[in-house]
Parts: sequence; C-alpha cells; structure tokens
Amino acid sequence: MSETALQGYLALSALIFTLGGVGIMVRRSPLIMLMCVELMWSGAALALITFARHVGNMDGHIFAFFVMIVAAAEVAIGLALIVVLFRRREEVDADDIQQLRG
Amino acid sequence: MNAALLIAGAIAVAGGLGVVIGRTPVHNVVSLIVSFIGLAVLYLTLDAEFIAIVQIIVYAGAIMVLFLFVIALLTTRRDPVQNRKPEPSGQTFFGIVTAAAVLMFLVGGVLGLEAPGGEGIDETFGQVAAFGRELLTTHVFPFEIAAFVLLVAVVGVVILVGRKQA
Repeated sequence: MSETALQGYLALSALIFTLGGVGIMVRRSPLIMLMCVELMWSGAALALITFARHVGNMDGHIFAFFVMIVAAAEVAIGLALIVVLFRRREEVDADDIQQLRG
Repeated sequence: MNAALLIAGAIAVAGGLGVVIGRTPVHNVVSLIVSFIGLAVLYLTLDAEFIAIVQIIVYAGAIMVLFLFVIALLTTRRDPVQNRKPEPSGQTFFGIVTAAAVLMFLVGGVLGLEAPGGEGIDETFGQVAAFGRELLTTHVFPFEIAAFVLLVAVVGVVILVGRKQA
C-alpha cells in the first residue's frame, strides 16, 4: 500500500470522525446526536482497517469487529434512554436534560 | 484503487453530511445508511471482506432498523419542526470552529506520518476463515467479554424500557 493511499484513507477517516463531532456539537436532538456518534465510530473503524491492511496484520480487523459489537450495545442502551426521555416529555431537546447539572 | 477510494469516500462523506444537516429524522437515517454503504466499499478496497459484509448486515441492516423503529414509535404524534426553541447563540459557529480545529490537528498528524509499510498480505487476508481463526484462538478472551457486554446491554434495555410507567 503506497504512502499516498494510506494518507488518503486516514484523511478520509479523520474527516468522517470530525463530521460526526460537528453533528454532536451542533444538533440538539438526542436521536441525531446518537447517529453522529455512530459516524464517529465508523471513522475510527476505517483507520483501524486501513492500518491492518498497511501492516499486513489482521488484528486491526478483530479490533474493528469489537468496535462494532460495542457500538451495537451502545445503540441499544442509547435508544432505550431516548425512549424513556420521550415518555417523560413531549419534545426532547438535549439542552433540557439538565437535572444532573451542578 | 484510488478511483474507488475517491468515489466511495465521496459517498461516505456525503452521507455523513446528510446526517448532520438533515431536518427529518428518517432522512438522517437514510443518509447514515448511504454513508455506511460507502464505508463498506472502502473496506472491500482494503481487502477486509468479512468486515465489509458485517458492516452491511449489522450496521446498515440491524442497527439502522432499530433507529427507524424508535423514530416510528416516538415521532408519529407531532411535527418535529413545531415549537422549536431558538438555538443558543453561536452554537453552530463554535461547533464548526472547534471541529475544524480538530480536523486540522488530525490531518496534520496524518500528513506528517511516516509509516513503514509492512510485509505483503497473503491470499486469505480478511476472509472469513482467517478472521474466524484469529477471533477464536488468539482473541478468544475478548470475544467472551464482548458476549458478556451484549448480555449486560440487553438486560439494561429491558430494565430501562420494560418498566411500567410510574
């Protein structure tokens, strides 16, 4: 794998990660923020798989697989929390959830 | 290979933009699926066949359907655009500036990278058999832990959502 291709993949992974970060900071619907977290996971997984190919070692694939497992668990818990939030009030805005604020 | 990188990368980034910009939750989910498909193509160009298939089945299939279920369950009653409160001043601006700073930092690190290329890959790289052998021999303990994590997640979801309305 050439140096430029490696840098291209890694720059793309950084871009996707940052795009997810923008979404988390800019949007206020918890559902969409959760989707942006998924985007960030994917950017990180792309970097893992790029390096696995570059180094010629499959450990990166295993790591990306575990990332997917943890992401699935996180989505399940996150969506459950969102469902509970929506049950408590009609309109959910991330700025309204401040009972734990000091 | 570089053409594939450009096209699939453009699709993945366009899908990501759709997730950030879209105003209707269903559109966001569809954009995210497009993004994941672009990423799966990228994985294929990196010889990660098994991960690409898992990406399509688990992410674009199962997880996104979960999102769609929650959207269908929760947002049927109201128009999400209605009674939207004004945005805190400057949230969008500061969010984008912060993210641009992070992006410059990351890309700077990538461009200054000097990674020695590893040895070439063999025939079975990224295929199911090689992946399974790695997963169930070298990494079998993390595999068991992952199973436990999923179990805890399932129990947690049932406790959170299955409770009767107080």
